[in-house]
Amino acid sequence: MAVLKDAPDYQLEVEDVSISFGGIRALNNVSLSVRRGEIYSIIGPNGAGKTTLFNCIGGLYRAQKGSIKFEGKEILGKKPPEIARLGIARAFQNIALFEGMTVLDNLMSARIYHSNYGLLRAAVYLGKCMSEEVRNRDKVEEIIDFLDIQAIRKTLVGSLPYGLQKRVELGRALAMDPKLMLIDEPVSGMNLEETEDMARYLLDINEEMKVTVVLVEHDMGLVMDLSDTVTVLNFGLKIAEGSPKDIAANPEVIRAYLGETDTREEEMV
Amino acid sequence: MGTFKVNYRQDTALFQTLWVKVWLGILVVLLIVSPIFLSRYQISILNEMGIAVIGALGLNLLTGFTGQISLCHGSFLAIGAYTSALLTSKLGIPFWLSFPLSGLMAAALGMIVAVPSLRLKGLYLALGTLAFGFIVEYVIFHWGLTKGDMGMAVRRISIYKFAFRTEKQHFYLITGFAAIAVISAKNIARSKIGRSFVAIRDRDIAAEAMGIPLAKYKVMAFAVSSFYAGVAGCLMAHYQKWIVPGNFDLSVSIAYIAMIIMGGLGTILGSVLGAILITGIPHGIVYLVDIFKESYPGLSGFIVDFKLGLFGLVIVLALLFEPKGLFGIYWRAKIYFKTWPFKY
Repeated sequence: MAVLKDAPDYQLEVEDVSISFGGIRALNNVSLSVRRGEIYSIIGPNGAGKTTLFNCIGGLYRAQKGSIKFEGKEILGKKPPEIARLGIARAFQNIALFEGMTVLDNLMSARIYHSNYGLLRAAVYLGKCMSEEVRNRDKVEEIIDFLDIQAIRKTLVGSLPYGLQKRVELGRALAMDPKLMLIDEPVSGMNLEETEDMARYLLDINEEMKVTVVLVEHDMGLVMDLSDTVTVLNFGLKIAEGSPKDIAANPEVIRAYLGETDTREEEMV
Repeated sequence: MGTFKVNYRQDTALFQTLWVKVWLGILVVLLIVSPIFLSRYQISILNEMGIAVIGALGLNLLTGFTGQISLCHGSFLAIGAYTSALLTSKLGIPFWLSFPLSGLMAAALGMIVAVPSLRLKGLYLALGTLAFGFIVEYVIFHWGLTKGDMGMAVRRISIYKFAFRTEKQHFYLITGFAAIAVISAKNIARSKIGRSFVAIRDRDIAAEAMGIPLAKYKVMAFAVSSFYAGVAGCLMAHYQKWIVPGNFDLSVSIAYIAMIIMGGLGTILGSVLGAILITGIPHGIVYLVDIFKESYPGLSGFIVDFKLGLFGLVIVLALLFEPKGLFGIYWRAKIYFKTWPFKY
């Protein structure tokens, strides 16, 4: 767990965000505040609106009501590339890598805001373009080393096994040099060993690279061990927020996950 | 023995091994000396191929790399060709100036065609570009300046009082431009711009979330693509010295699509190989007919009727047996020799 300052320094503030699709209220006045440098998890049953919330923060969906502030700046209504430029990176739940590219190119493609040259320079490639490419390559190689994927750097990502693709997906988000990462189900479909590796990476990203991590995850073991704060969503409503310990004991959370006990039935028994 | 690199600059080099450089050197020497041994007709085939290479590179950057289907590549060739023809004949602008201007003109119109691509995808975009193609054809037919079906005479290329007259002179000029086009397309493809193009093709939503502005790069892809087409059209006009709207109809756009699919979508080498193959096939058919003319006199008449059909058959068969195009064959051959005598 990260060491937090006493005075709350909120990096991401979501206030009263609502969005509906047709008649379905996917998010209903959801508010949450993420402190700088923490690991913040969002949990909830399927269809609770977790990924929708990520899409709202990342700008892929536009919330119909409320406000989303990143480092004090309103980002609701901004387009995804602008939000990415501010320092919010996203790793997708269903791997969304660029399949026709190598691992290296996937990571390099995320460094678009860190390479500063135009079309004409690219066509000539010498000089500034070359030096920028080499500089970015340096940075990307650091991430490749960190994630231990040196051996597959020049492999097409489409041909990689699932666990490695998940790792590359994380690497691509990391290559943006973000201040905050939205990571959607990093360990879904992974075995125990892969889950442990991923947990290690997440902790290192948070502690060593000083990146705020916002997680959506179903693996309760991972969430409870890693998180500083946990928020629970159910049917688009926030039903609880607190430290992992509080959440595990919260009766409303237990009800959302295990279902309601029917009191009449109990009486009959 | 493997190749060892000690810095990232070496890893980004275009020609990495000694062998690649040697083969490339041989190719350059062959290209330089070939006009000495070839007949005028054969050089004219090479010239046609050189122009097609430039056009195919442009379409591959748009369709193969960025994934935007275009059915109006021929129209951009037309725009380049007529722009340069009009500028040189009506305004007396020299070729060295009209050449880039024809590319820029095509690029500007390409950016307009890009606007629907921000909304449309796949087949819908294809229809949109098709409509643009018909508009261009209509304008060329009916605009007084372009003289419609009568066709337009185009001045010969001359740079600082040196006039290009023979096939040989044209060969060096066209091949030179084609070489520049190949290198610059390769450079664009391996830069952040090429990566953004492929990112948009593979996952546009993820690309956006990674910070790649879709609109900017789609418009850029159209602009670059039509710039290549424009300069190819300009070269074609001045080389043929006579252009009619029929030079740039829908079948030309489709031939260019055939080039990049047969060559290999999303590869620079594929564009070159595809352009050479598709321009070569009709000449190959003529050559074969010539050989068998004595023994089968009826063949030539028969072939003339079925030339287009044969062309289509070759493409269908190639797609069936080698869906990755010529680049796929090249790649397999390369792996085979690299790992020989092992199978994998």
